[in-house]
Amino acid sequence: MIEQEFDAIVVGAGMSGNAAAYTMASQGLTVLQLERGEYPGSKNVQGAIMYADMLEQIIPDFRDDAPLERHLVEQRFWVMDDTSHTGMQYRSDDFNEAKPNRYTIIRAQFDKWFSRKVRQAGATVLCETTVTELVRSASGKVIGVRTDRAGGPIYADVVVLAEGVNGLLGTRAGLRKMPKPESVALAVKEMHFLPDEVIEQRFGLQGDEGCVIEAAGTISRSMAGLAFLYTNKESISLGIGCLVSDFAQTMESPYVLLDNFKNHPSIRPLIAGSEVKEYSAHLIPEGGYKAIPQLFGDGWVAVGDAAQLNNAIHREGSNLAMTSGRIAGEAIIEIKGRNQPMIRRNLALYKTMLDKSFVVKDLMKYKDMPALIHTNSLNFFMTYPQLMSQAAQNFMRVDGTPKIEKEKATTAAFIRARSRWGLISDVVRLALAWR
Amino acid sequence: MTMAVTKLRVEEKLYQNRYLVDPGRPHIKVRPHERPSANLLALTHICPAKCYELNDKGQVETTSDGCMECGTCRVLCEASGEIVWNYPRGGFGVLFKFG
Repeated sequence: MIEQEFDAIVVGAGMSGNAAAYTMASQGLTVLQLERGEYPGSKNVQGAIMYADMLEQIIPDFRDDAPLERHLVEQRFWVMDDTSHTGMQYRSDDFNEAKPNRYTIIRAQFDKWFSRKVRQAGATVLCETTVTELVRSASGKVIGVRTDRAGGPIYADVVVLAEGVNGLLGTRAGLRKMPKPESVALAVKEMHFLPDEVIEQRFGLQGDEGCVIEAAGTISRSMAGLAFLYTNKESISLGIGCLVSDFAQTMESPYVLLDNFKNHPSIRPLIAGSEVKEYSAHLIPEGGYKAIPQLFGDGWVAVGDAAQLNNAIHREGSNLAMTSGRIAGEAIIEIKGRNQPMIRRNLALYKTMLDKSFVVKDLMKYKDMPALIHTNSLNFFMTYPQLMSQAAQNFMRVDGTPKIEKEKATTAAFIRARSRWGLISDVVRLALAWR
Repeated sequence: MTMAVTKLRVEEKLYQNRYLVDPGRPHIKVRPHERPSANLLALTHICPAKCYELNDKGQVETTSDGCMECGTCRVLCEASGEIVWNYPRGGFGVLFKFG
């Protein structure tokens, strides 16, 4: 039984919850963080790439002891058909810097580290505790939570909902709607272990350098989806995700897609001989700006994946989570400093601050992309990848056909597949949505 | 035959994972029904842990022991009332070693 009343209760110990709890506890607020997993990270799944800038703003010297896998020096974007990939690749020695910009991480390890920092900052962290219900006052203000542990409710001035994409509390309490099937992707992932020198040889890496591959195309079987392969120190994280609405329509099995991706001739040699140690699944918010729910109310704020804050185009999520958690924490500190109550009108400060940050600005930029990709998945994920592969092969294969005829054949294939008007309209719509 | 191969494959995958099963307290339940909706039927294919299966009466049943708590079924079938989804009790359920 917890008798104490806290300044804040944080529900969830993922990126956003840890950022919020750390920010508030390090400024002297009394913080209780509740996590349903056995340890922080045990319910969390991510690719995972961690963006240094957003963590530096919370824990500037994180590089001293955070469990980081590899810093990224190379990124490959692949458009795949069944036997090939057409790629763009960027690699730069500039990424070998004193304070690298992006790292691969393993979430269970990283989250344990982040949670230790939260504890050191003074927060009370309680694991193996599922929050079952929000407690409200007669006027409807959220004043605490009930858990599945013995004892009564636990009270706080404000509850930070960092409960993740599949958060039950906020939706059950009517604070936000359940994500729509077309606004979330289901991703499955495996951890493939290999000796570090094998990974370094296969990807041309030295020391802690890392490489990531992001791939789209026929591997998602006409669904809107993306596959990925990230190099960790002694393992490779690889997976594939597609919109839940597309899965429901096609009835494709995610583990079959994953195995097809692993067996693709461009991927198979990269993971050959590996030992698989885990298979995981998770939802990813994909709805962008238009899917952001109400972010604050009387006695509560929502952060991270629970608030659908994910940039699907740039594959950024954990940095939006960390930043929204930090900003929510800072807003709460500010309101408390003014001795004001944690009511809707005051907690609007969180949204005002978030709107000014890259989080909402980036999501706003791509606000039309999710709908475009969702409604045109056959073209973007099946037709164009096939056309690109044919065009590239046609360009490279030397078979005595005059070049002028090869070019004509490629142009004709694009027009046959999408029509002249279709091609122009696809380019224009994509450009408008990207702008 | 294809079904059997697929099933074997996902069970092999789940075998790598660590779970703490809460005996007698499944966290997902399927409401009794005559005929499953399209979404409920889809779960027999798209649940990443293959927790949903058709019985010989054409109804969908669930065994949530291998569940990875992703929430796909919740997004598709909770609003219609066809399934009831709760978190496992604190500490139970899937325990990702790496995540």
